[in-house]
Amino acid sequence: MATLFQGVGAATAFSASKSLDSSKFQLPSRRFLSERNASFLVVRSDGRVVPRSNARARRAEQLITNAVATKPDSSAASTASKPGHELLLFEALREGLEEEMDRDPQVCVMGEDVGHYGGSYKVTKDLAEKYGDLRVLDTPIAENSFTGMGIGAAMTGLRPIIEGMNMGFLLLAFNQISNNCGMLHYTSGGQFKIPVVIRGPGGVGRQLGAEHSQRLESYFQSIPGIQMVACSTPYNAKGLMKAAIRSDNPVILFEHVLLYNLKERIPDEEYICSLEEAEMVRPGEHVTILTYSRMRYHVMQAAKTLVNKGYDPEVIDIRSLKPFDLYTIGNSVKKTHRVLIVEECMRTGGIGASLTAAITENFHDYLDAPIVCLSSQDVPTPYAGTLEEWTVVQPLQIVTAVEKLCQ
Amino acid sequence: MALAHLTSSSSRSNLLKPIFAALSSTPSLRRPISSAAAGDSSTLTIETSVPFTAHQCEAPSRLVDTTPEELLTFFRNMATMRRMEIAADSLYKAKLIRGFCHLYDGQEAVAVGMEAAITKKDSIITAYRDHCTYLARGGTLLEVFSELMGRQAGCSRGKGGSMHFYKKEAGFYGGHGIVGAQVPLGCGLAFAQKYSKDGTVAFALYGDGAANQGQLFEALNIAALWDLPAILVCENNHYGMGTAEWRAAKSPAYYKRGDYAPGLKVDGMDVLAVKQACKFAKEHALKNGPIILEMDTYRYHGHSMSDPGSTYRTRDEISGVRQERDPVERVRKLVLSHDLATEKELKDMEKEIRKKVDEAIAQAKESPMPDPSELFTNVYVKGFGVEAFGPDRKEVRALLL
Repeated sequence: MATLFQGVGAATAFSASKSLDSSKFQLPSRRFLSERNASFLVVRSDGRVVPRSNARARRAEQLITNAVATKPDSSAASTASKPGHELLLFEALREGLEEEMDRDPQVCVMGEDVGHYGGSYKVTKDLAEKYGDLRVLDTPIAENSFTGMGIGAAMTGLRPIIEGMNMGFLLLAFNQISNNCGMLHYTSGGQFKIPVVIRGPGGVGRQLGAEHSQRLESYFQSIPGIQMVACSTPYNAKGLMKAAIRSDNPVILFEHVLLYNLKERIPDEEYICSLEEAEMVRPGEHVTILTYSRMRYHVMQAAKTLVNKGYDPEVIDIRSLKPFDLYTIGNSVKKTHRVLIVEECMRTGGIGASLTAAITENFHDYLDAPIVCLSSQDVPTPYAGTLEEWTVVQPLQIVTAVEKLCQ
Repeated sequence: MALAHLTSSSSRSNLLKPIFAALSSTPSLRRPISSAAAGDSSTLTIETSVPFTAHQCEAPSRLVDTTPEELLTFFRNMATMRRMEIAADSLYKAKLIRGFCHLYDGQEAVAVGMEAAITKKDSIITAYRDHCTYLARGGTLLEVFSELMGRQAGCSRGKGGSMHFYKKEAGFYGGHGIVGAQVPLGCGLAFAQKYSKDGTVAFALYGDGAANQGQLFEALNIAALWDLPAILVCENNHYGMGTAEWRAAKSPAYYKRGDYAPGLKVDGMDVLAVKQACKFAKEHALKNGPIILEMDTYRYHGHSMSDPGSTYRTRDEISGVRQERDPVERVRKLVLSHDLATEKELKDMEKEIRKKVDEAIAQAKESPMPDPSELFTNVYVKGFGVEAFGPDRKEVRALLL
């Protein structure tokens, strides 16, 4: 499992090389765990490894100095440490969850079939045996009330993680998420904080039908007071899960049904990903392609074709859906002057629509062409396989769009 | 009316005094409040006017122990609440309070009686009719009026309003606008209490209108399954805004609606009955899981200030309840009949309360409106969390003209 270490002592080891040698960090004592000033490393999305001593130091240093990675074609720009361990995305989520539950006894999980069943996507497998029924709670099928209960518990200081078996089911809890989760910190004048994490799989799967293929990020994006992040690789899944649990704000973590079995090698050391930063997947010069979650893989597939055709796309996984990481995005736009957004939300009112507006407002002068946004069709997701394929954006469409954009 | 048994070890009168509806003015020895009843903690045992009705549990005794000091405190607190709500009425009509204003006058006994049975470590969560509950939990009049008028000195810094009063240190969790949504929150509070093994309970208050919300039954189910120390209190004032309970609920026996969860029906206009029921409920919930209390109460005002309150009920009904069951009057009669204070002393107390309320209003009026920068504060928690940056990583600053 992940070894924890003190960044202070280890800092000197990093200045020379980029690769982490995990054997240097076998520290037996975990007594600094509970202190706020516990140091750990943050592996940045561009592959740099930076020691962090505490939150104040973090603010003092530049959050991102260079959004462009020097390594080309780092599909998961996180394998800075070769001696890591390989796992699937759902296992990465579970690892992150388990580490946080070990670290803080206030963390608990509630959801349908998360306990004895092990989670419908096995994210919480074996956790109930380890932590007991009071920390991994099987709820009845009552999203509205158990989301409310999680929020009520969070008001007293607990840190519940509320799992929706499918994101679409959380529509039943919309009132609790919008009014209580998002707004209580504000309406109480700062008295209560709601450190919940609401997570679950969403997105279009393999012929799951219309009601089980919903993209809720577009519905939740206007709620003030919440943060939304979408994970796409095992590396950022674990990092975002940990960051979300530690955050004092309510965070909605969007996972995707089809990405749970992605395999990747992740570092053994403890790391978290910043909740507000985007990930540079592939630096380039000609066009900025902004995407998140499953569409990242369609984009990367299209990128292969594009590279063969002579284009150099810059691919950014925005990860943070609310707030947008306009810094990284802005730097990219200033470089390439062309933007293509590829998303899985519907055309109307989706994340892409908001992102288009945000970029136009802030970076209009840098654009050489209008922003193109490829989204899913404004239809309920059909069951038939071919129709479902046409609902979401396919790599071929991305290639065509880039070609048109770069004329 | 019920007989009161005066069991006192002091040298005062040992006579049994029957209590009649009319005020008695027997010229017996009366001492001023300051020397006698105020510090007197000798036990009085008073019978509640109506017995408790129980569902799936044993009803507690009708005989309630109280002290003269407590009775006077009840009177003072309820009179303050009454005065505060009536003052809020005038402020609303003067357009100093805007939006929604839901007044609690008539229901004071529930807030005061509940408070007497529990500690500040127990949690209370209620809906939007929360001014008096906030006061009972330790809020000040200044904070109430400032928040109602949207000023900085308010309990939520002017950003919540009438429906969003909170007091974290006193275990008062609000203050919620959406009907019924506070009940799952309340069960969550109970869950946290069980998780931390506090030995405390959570009271989730809701109205007869909210009793038909599905999330209530969902939350009750989970609370019963997980054995949470949750007490669901239905403040049944018989009207869900403009709809009478018999038109909204097929089964208006709200205390029975828990089915597998025990319930108790209480006369919500009798502060001692409320105190007894809440004490009983707390002991029960800590041992056996959730319990439902139905407080049979009444509100004199309409649902809110925009509702005259007379289109769906007759003025006779309102004045009838006010004459026969008014909670403040009931305590006044108790105090007078037990010689705990003179009429004049009580009247003086009310005058003093009125003065305090007026002072608080004047002070609240002087409190400034929130600073424009407050628009953007407390959206997120600062620290290890979000700072939403603009495109150049500078903090978002509000520029208002």
